[in-house]
Amino acid sequence: MNDEESNGLLNRPVKVINIGLKGFSEELDRQGVDVTQMDWSPPAGGNLKFADLLSRLHASMAVGIDQANAEALRRMLAADPVLVDVIPASEAIPGLRDKMILHAGPPIDWDRMCGPMRGAVTGIAVFEGWAADLDSAATMAANGAFEFHPNHKFDAVGPMTGMTTVGQPLMVVENRTTGNRSYCTINEGLGKVMRFGGNDDEVLQRLRWLRDNFGPALGRALRHGEGVPLKALVARGLTMGDEMHQRNVACSSLTLRALAPALAETATDNAALAKALAFIGGNDQFFLNIAMAMGKAIMDPVRDIESSSVVTAMSRNGTDFGIRVSGTGDRWFTAPVEMPEGMYFPGYSEADANPDMGDSTIVETIGLGGFAMGASPAVAGFVGAGTASEAGKITRTMSQITVGENPEWTIPSMDYLGTATGIDVRLVVETGLAPLINTGIAHKEPGIGQVGAGVVRAPIACFEEALEALAESVGVA
Amino acid sequence: MSDFVINDVRKGFYLDSVALMRMSRLVAGMADVTEAAMMMGTPANLAIMSDAGLLAEAGAAAGGGDLIIGVRATTNEAAEAALAEANAQLQQPTAGGGENHAWQPRTLQTALKTMPDANLALISVPGDFAVAEARKAIRLGLNAMIFSDNVSVAEELQLKLEARELGRLVMGPDCGTSIIGGIPLAFANVVPRGEIGIVGASGTGIQEISCLIGQYGGGISHAIGVGGRDLNSEVGGISTLMALQALEADAMTSRIVLVSKPPPKHVAEKVLKHLAASKKPTIVCFIGADQMTMPANTTQVFSLKAAARAALNMAADDRVEPSAPIKASADRPNIRGLFSGGTLCAEAQIVLHSSALAVQSNAPVPGVTRAGETCSSHLMLDLGDDQYTRGKPHPMIEPTVRDDAIAAALADDKVGVILIDVVIGYGAHADPAGHLVEFLQKHRRANGPEIIASVTGTDGDPQNRSAQVRKLMSAAVHVAPTNADAAHWALSAIQP
Repeated sequence: MNDEESNGLLNRPVKVINIGLKGFSEELDRQGVDVTQMDWSPPAGGNLKFADLLSRLHASMAVGIDQANAEALRRMLAADPVLVDVIPASEAIPGLRDKMILHAGPPIDWDRMCGPMRGAVTGIAVFEGWAADLDSAATMAANGAFEFHPNHKFDAVGPMTGMTTVGQPLMVVENRTTGNRSYCTINEGLGKVMRFGGNDDEVLQRLRWLRDNFGPALGRALRHGEGVPLKALVARGLTMGDEMHQRNVACSSLTLRALAPALAETATDNAALAKALAFIGGNDQFFLNIAMAMGKAIMDPVRDIESSSVVTAMSRNGTDFGIRVSGTGDRWFTAPVEMPEGMYFPGYSEADANPDMGDSTIVETIGLGGFAMGASPAVAGFVGAGTASEAGKITRTMSQITVGENPEWTIPSMDYLGTATGIDVRLVVETGLAPLINTGIAHKEPGIGQVGAGVVRAPIACFEEALEALAESVGVA
Repeated sequence: MSDFVINDVRKGFYLDSVALMRMSRLVAGMADVTEAAMMMGTPANLAIMSDAGLLAEAGAAAGGGDLIIGVRATTNEAAEAALAEANAQLQQPTAGGGENHAWQPRTLQTALKTMPDANLALISVPGDFAVAEARKAIRLGLNAMIFSDNVSVAEELQLKLEARELGRLVMGPDCGTSIIGGIPLAFANVVPRGEIGIVGASGTGIQEISCLIGQYGGGISHAIGVGGRDLNSEVGGISTLMALQALEADAMTSRIVLVSKPPPKHVAEKVLKHLAASKKPTIVCFIGADQMTMPANTTQVFSLKAAARAALNMAADDRVEPSAPIKASADRPNIRGLFSGGTLCAEAQIVLHSSALAVQSNAPVPGVTRAGETCSSHLMLDLGDDQYTRGKPHPMIEPTVRDDAIAAALADDKVGVILIDVVIGYGAHADPAGHLVEFLQKHRRANGPEIIASVTGTDGDPQNRSAQVRKLMSAAVHVAPTNADAAHWALSAIQP
C-alpha cells in the first residue's frame, strides 16, 4: 500500500500534533506515542475577521505566497554584504540636495516630529551651515525651509533620529550577490550624540571631525583592501555574545582587528591614527551602524517580490512605527509607536523616555537584535526582557513568525539554532506575537541623549493593515 | 431580592474550556453563589452567559480572545469572594508545572519543524476556530481528527472537499473516537490489534463495537471516526468513503464494519455502491434502519453487538440471561434509559421498539416518538446530546451531570427499571462506576427501580472494565455483558 491510499496515516506510526486539550497529549504521551502539544490560543487574538482572512491566505490557495516567501528567504540568505567604503553623502546619494534632511522611520513632517527628532534636525541644519543657530533652524523648519524624507527612500538607514544630510560621510555596504549598495552614517559613540537628539557644540564638533578626519581615513583604509566581509564577521560576533542591536562589542572589536592594519598602512599622521583607533576601540556600538547598512543591503533585493508577505523594513520615527512588505512594495504601513520598556540610567525614569525611534530595527528585520536574543543572554537582562536563561525562549518565540532560519548565523548555546529570518506578516497576525526589538531609549527633550535601554514590541496594527493590503494584492479579499 | 452580578475580563488570556469548566464549577459551589462561569468571550459564549444572567457590562464588551469571569451571588460580598477565588484559580499553576513551562510551538508550522514526520493533527479547540486549524493541517500535509463540535455543516463540507482533493483524511468535526495503528485517540479504548477495521459516524458506536470485538477474542486494525454528520445529505459521506478506501487498501485489515445512524437514501446508495466494488467483506450497521437490499459481500446488522459478532463470523445471537431473574415491581411499568453514549441510547431504543413498546427519546431512532415535556412511557435519554451539554462537560467526562436525571428517575414511582451505560477508556472520567455507586448509595430507597447497566470498555483501559463491573455489582446494580443485553434485561424485567 502506498502513502497515497492510506493518506500517510494507517501505514506509518501515528505521530500527533495536539491542538487543544492538554489531556489528550498527556494520555498519548503516557502510551509512548510521539506527540507535540501546541501552545494554542485563538488566531489573531480571537479576531474572527483576521482568523478567516489568514486561513484563506494559507498554503494551497496561497501557494504563491509561500513560494514568494521562499524566494525572499533565498535572497536574504544569498546576500553577501561587504563594508567597502566611506564616501560623502553627496556622492553616495545623488538625489540628496541642499536643505534636504533624511530621517529615521516612515515619512513625517516637522509638525509631528518628537522632541529628539526636532533637536537633531536643528542641530544638523547648523552643522550643514543652513542656519546660524538652533533657534533660527527651528524657525526655518517650521516655515518649511527643509525637505524631509525617510532614509529608506534613498538606500540609507540611520540610528535613532537617523539624520542623513549632504555633508556627512556615509559608510557603504555592498551586497556582492546583487550589486546593490546601502548607506549609513558613522556611529558617534555613547553619551550626548545627535542620534539621540543631542545638538550642542560638542556634538557638532564630533560630526565635523567624522566628516573631515575619521570618515576619509576609514574610507582610505577600506579602499586599500578588499573591504570587510560582514556575513562571517557577524557569525563570529553571534558566538561571542553580540545580537547586533544592543550589544556590538564583539563585532566592533572584530572590525577594529580587521581594519587596523589598513588604517595604519594608509595613515599619514600617527596622532590622527591613534585617535581613529581609540575612537573605534572606545565605542562598543561602533558596529551598529555597519550592521544597519548591512541589513538594508540584505533587504533591498527582497523588495517587490509579488505576493511575498515577508517584511522588508521595520522602522520608527519617534511618532509612528512603520513596516514595508515585499509584496506591497514601498508602501508604509504605520501605527503609533510604542514606549520601550526597560532599564534606565541612574537619575532617569520612564517619565523621561521618548517613544521608540530609529531605522535600527532593520537589524531585527534580518533576524538579529531581539530575534537573536538567545545569542546574547546578557542583553536580555540589560534590556529587561527577562532573565538570561530566558533569552533562548525569545529567539524560539520569534522563530514562530519567520519563514526560516539562517544556517550561517547560528547560536551555539541553542545547539546552533539558526537565527529567525524573514518576518512573515501572516504569522505575526496569526500568533499575535509582535516582533521584539532591542532598543536604546532617548530622552524626550531634545539635546539630552540616551537615558536607558529596553525592548519594545512592533505594533500589531501595522501588520494587520499590511495583511489586508497583501490579501487584496493577491485577490483574496 | 435581586442577585449581584459581577464580571472580570482577562484580556488575551486563553484557557481551554474543560479547564475553565472545572474551575467554574468550583466557584459556583461557593457559599451564596447562585451561578458562575468562566468562558472565552466568543459570540456563542456571550449568548450563553447572557442567558445565564451572568453578563455585566464589562463582560459584554469582551472579545473572542478574552476570558470572562462571571458570577452571580445573593450578596455582593459573596460575588466578590467568588471573583477572587476565580482569579486565584487562574493563577494556580497546573499540575506538573515544570514540564508545562517547557517551550511549546505556537503555530502548526513550528510544530511541524519540531516533528517533521507528524501525520495527524488532533484538534479540540473551540468550534469557531477548529476548521481554520484543520484547514491549515491538511494543507501542510497532515490528516486531521477534529474533536471539536459547533462547526457548521457548510464549513464541514468545504473542508472535506478540500481534504479529498489533497488526499488527506478529515475525521470529524465532533469525532470523539478513533483508534489508529492501535493508538486510541480522544475517547477510545485499549483493544487488541487484529484484522477488523471500523469506520464510524458514531463515537460510542465505535467504542462498543471495538470493545466487544476485543471481548469476543478478536482485534482491531484501525477504527476511523468520521464525525456524526459525515453521512448527512450535505456532506454525502466524503470521509466515510475515504476511510473505507483506506481500510480496503490496508494490509492488516481483512474485514470492515461500518456504523452510523441511517443515512438518507441517496447517501446510503452511494455507500452501498462503493461497498459492492470492495474486495473485503463489510458489515453495515445503520443503527435504526430497516432491512435494506445489500450488495454481495456485505452484511446488514441491526445492533452494535450484532456488528461485533458478524465481524468475527460468530452466530448472530447469544442472548445472555442474568444470573437471577430481574423483576421490577408491577406498579412500576416504565423503563428509563439514561445514556451518556448516543449510539448506546439508539441501540437500546431499537431493542425496546422491536418488542413493540411505546418508546420516547430526545434522540429518537426511526419509529420512536420524540419525547415531549411530559412522558408517561419508556423514555430513553441521550444525556450527551447538545441540549444537555451546552456550556457543560459531556457526561462521559463528568458523570455528575447525569446525577439530576438519575435522581428524577429514582423519584418517579412509575419507573421500574433504570437503564444506564458506563463508558470508560481514554478521555473518559477516571472512575464513573465509583461515582455512580456513591450517588446511588445516597439516593436509592428500598423498593425503588431496578438498575441495569453495561460497561463499554476493556480491562486494558486505565479504569479497568472488570474493576468497574465489580464496583457496580457491589451496589446491587445488574451488569449485563453488552448494552444490547442490558436493554433485553430491562425488557424482561417489566414483563409480567
